[in-house]
Amino acid sequence: MNTLTTATPLGTYLVRLADDNVVLGQRLGEYISHAPELEEDLAIANTGLDHIGIARHLYTLAGSVEGDGRTEDDFAMMRSERAFSNALLVEQPNTDFGYLTARQFFFDAYQVPLWRRLASSSNDELAGIAGKGLKEATYHLRRSSSWIVRLGDGTSESHARVQGSVDRLWRFTAELCTSDDVERQLADEGIIALSSDLRADWERTVDAVLEEATLTRPADTFQAGTGRFGIHTEHLGHLLAEMQWMQRSHPGLTW
Amino acid sequence: MPTAASVRAILEQVTDPEIPVLTIADIGILRDVAVDAEGRVTVTITPTYSGCPAMEVIAADVRTVLADAGYDATVATVFNPPWTTAWMSDEAKRKLAGFGIAPPGSAIDVVAEVLCPNCASSATRVIAEFSSTACKRMLVCTSCGEPFDQFKEI
Repeated sequence: MNTLTTATPLGTYLVRLADDNVVLGQRLGEYISHAPELEEDLAIANTGLDHIGIARHLYTLAGSVEGDGRTEDDFAMMRSERAFSNALLVEQPNTDFGYLTARQFFFDAYQVPLWRRLASSSNDELAGIAGKGLKEATYHLRRSSSWIVRLGDGTSESHARVQGSVDRLWRFTAELCTSDDVERQLADEGIIALSSDLRADWERTVDAVLEEATLTRPADTFQAGTGRFGIHTEHLGHLLAEMQWMQRSHPGLTW
Repeated sequence: MPTAASVRAILEQVTDPEIPVLTIADIGILRDVAVDAEGRVTVTITPTYSGCPAMEVIAADVRTVLADAGYDATVATVFNPPWTTAWMSDEAKRKLAGFGIAPPGSAIDVVAEVLCPNCASSATRVIAEFSSTACKRMLVCTSCGEPFDQFKEI
């Protein structure tokens, strides 16, 4: 269970999307009660729930595509760090609210065009999950964009903090809109859209919001991008240890 | 022997656990009822939001009320087409407002006036895009001061 455990291209692809969402959902869950306002705690909890819900549906679909009887819990709870294929952005740990907001904004700006395109997938189940994801991600992006503007165009302290967060996270953003042979094969079959084709939409959203927020777009420099192949930053292992502890200690536990 | 109509009549007892004035038919969660030649019932539901925790309760409630009626029922979940507030009946919207939750507007990208369910004033403003559940946003009425939820249009 310590290797990338999917055999089919579609299963591999679905698990990537699910891993992004479960890891980000877990990160958001960690932050509940730390937000600057009670309303934001609720928003963070609900956004995290959306991500985990999407992940559950994608894992379940991956299990049926793989045809080996694996459930959503097998994928989420019984794989180790090297078998996770989430993008590095989503595993970056919570520091302050500005950092969490920048991480969310970069991810939302990717998920909105992703779901919009997958909503017309030739795979009917994937299209349905994506259609729902698009509605949810539209609200996520609306909220994270408004916070980027509020913090960026806010006080000198909030501006400096969110600019620093944008700068530090920038090196994890290109990975979101990068495609490989798995994607190209699925795109040729009309099942998915290439992530690299989302780049223009992502840049348009990011550039417009950063400008409104009076923030500076970082210079394009080194980009880290190994998450899809199971090579992670040091932070993912710690997240999984907490998330998976119960199922690893008591396999099959239910309540 | 159950019929689709008799099953639907029984399912009128199943309400959304978060919004008990709405049945699952009112809200559009109930998508289909099928009865096969042997009398086995399949009830198809769709989630409002991907992570909605009420779905498991709703599925369990459906199984319980049909089992109580002596029916052999299974619950299936579909995702396509994705649920939309456009499926909510006008009657459901009236019930929502009566319950203190402003009903959804017409579309996700249309900013519409929201009336206070307490005093019907249109002087309301959004406090947060998410509320006690993912499907609602939080507003406050600047006329009567009442904070309230609105079911979000999706």
